[in-house]
Amino acid sequence: MPQLNPEFFAPQLIWLALTFIVFYFIMSRKIVPLIGNVIEKREERISSDLKKAETLKKDLSEAIASYEQAIAEARSKAYDIVQANQKKLSAEVEAEQKLVEDQIDQKTKDSEQRIAAARDTALAQINDIAVGTTEEILQSLTGSKPSGDKVLDAISSVSSS
Amino acid sequence: MAAETQIEQAGGSGPNPMAQFEVKRIFDIDLMGYDASFTNSSLFMILGVVLTSTFLIFAMRKKSMIPGRLQSIAELSYNFIYDMVLSAIGPKGIKYFPFVFTLFLFILAMNMLGMFTLPLGHLSFTVTSHIIVTFAIAMAIFLGVTVIGFKNHGFGFLKLFVPSGVPALLLPLIIVIEIISYLSRPISLSVRLFANMMVGHTLLKVLGSFVAALGVAGIGPLLLMIPFTGLEILVAFLQAFVFAVLTCIYLNDAINLHH
Repeated sequence: MPQLNPEFFAPQLIWLALTFIVFYFIMSRKIVPLIGNVIEKREERISSDLKKAETLKKDLSEAIASYEQAIAEARSKAYDIVQANQKKLSAEVEAEQKLVEDQIDQKTKDSEQRIAAARDTALAQINDIAVGTTEEILQSLTGSKPSGDKVLDAISSVSSS
Repeated sequence: MAAETQIEQAGGSGPNPMAQFEVKRIFDIDLMGYDASFTNSSLFMILGVVLTSTFLIFAMRKKSMIPGRLQSIAELSYNFIYDMVLSAIGPKGIKYFPFVFTLFLFILAMNMLGMFTLPLGHLSFTVTSHIIVTFAIAMAIFLGVTVIGFKNHGFGFLKLFVPSGVPALLLPLIIVIEIISYLSRPISLSVRLFANMMVGHTLLKVLGSFVAALGVAGIGPLLLMIPFTGLEILVAFLQAFVFAVLTCIYLNDAINLHH
């Protein structure tokens, strides 16, 4: 076995020590920090991204909540406005109705008064006509003109009985 | 080596399956009296370190939030070892993560490079198929873990050898067994990796020489080599993983000391 040839023990050991130590320095000074930093940075980035996602999610749920609140407020406001308008409208309608009714009442009253006046004048004229007519009839029957007051009394007693 | 070459030439029965484990000198270096020659083993160690570092830096060049394919591979391997360290040792083990990650990638690179033979021809080599290399790594881990254990717990670290809930009569025996098992850790750790790498590569080499020797009938062993190559890639990954896992378990003993 060539492995047991002591002639090459010393050069192998010397070169092993040399190359291994050099390799160790390259690895520990350069390569291990190089790879370690990249992995560490990536982990930091991932965790910060996760944190960011979480805050964004929180913001989103907050935004949704405020949006829903706004919607509810708007809805209740709209209801109030509708209600107020309805009240106003019905009040206006009522007032108009009252006005119209009042006018109608007034016109009815006026008409009644006018009718009553007309009836009264008509009645008064009836008496005059009756007295006139009676006087004429009596004159033509008797030839003498009776006094107006006596005729009027007679007619009144007749018409009232 | 000379004898083997002669047999090869004389017999003509294909190359020696063990020849792939030979260390070949590329140029000589003398370091304070020690032989520090640059060999194909050194070449593959450097190749592994350079390729792995370059790949990881290239894969991470964009540092993008959404990783591409290459960046995913880099991050996946990082997370794989990171999670393993965290689950085996706990938060206290994180400071050893760069070491475990380096260890895993180093062994994986050495194991995998051994699977590719073509570009470098006769220089191709599996660093982890040499017991001296795996034993050196295992021994360094063993010593390091022992030092960490004593540093964290003082002499209380010796409680590791005294499991709780054992009858007093059995205690001397158990302590001896525990100490032997602790001391055999570097051996089991290194032999496991070395043996797996050597056996797999030898098997592939033997099958490969059959393909060459049998001519047209070589299609049989060639077909057989396909699943075995897949298996070897799996083993290369698995052994690197096992090495890293066991290192974590040993570190856990030294840091948390519950037995």
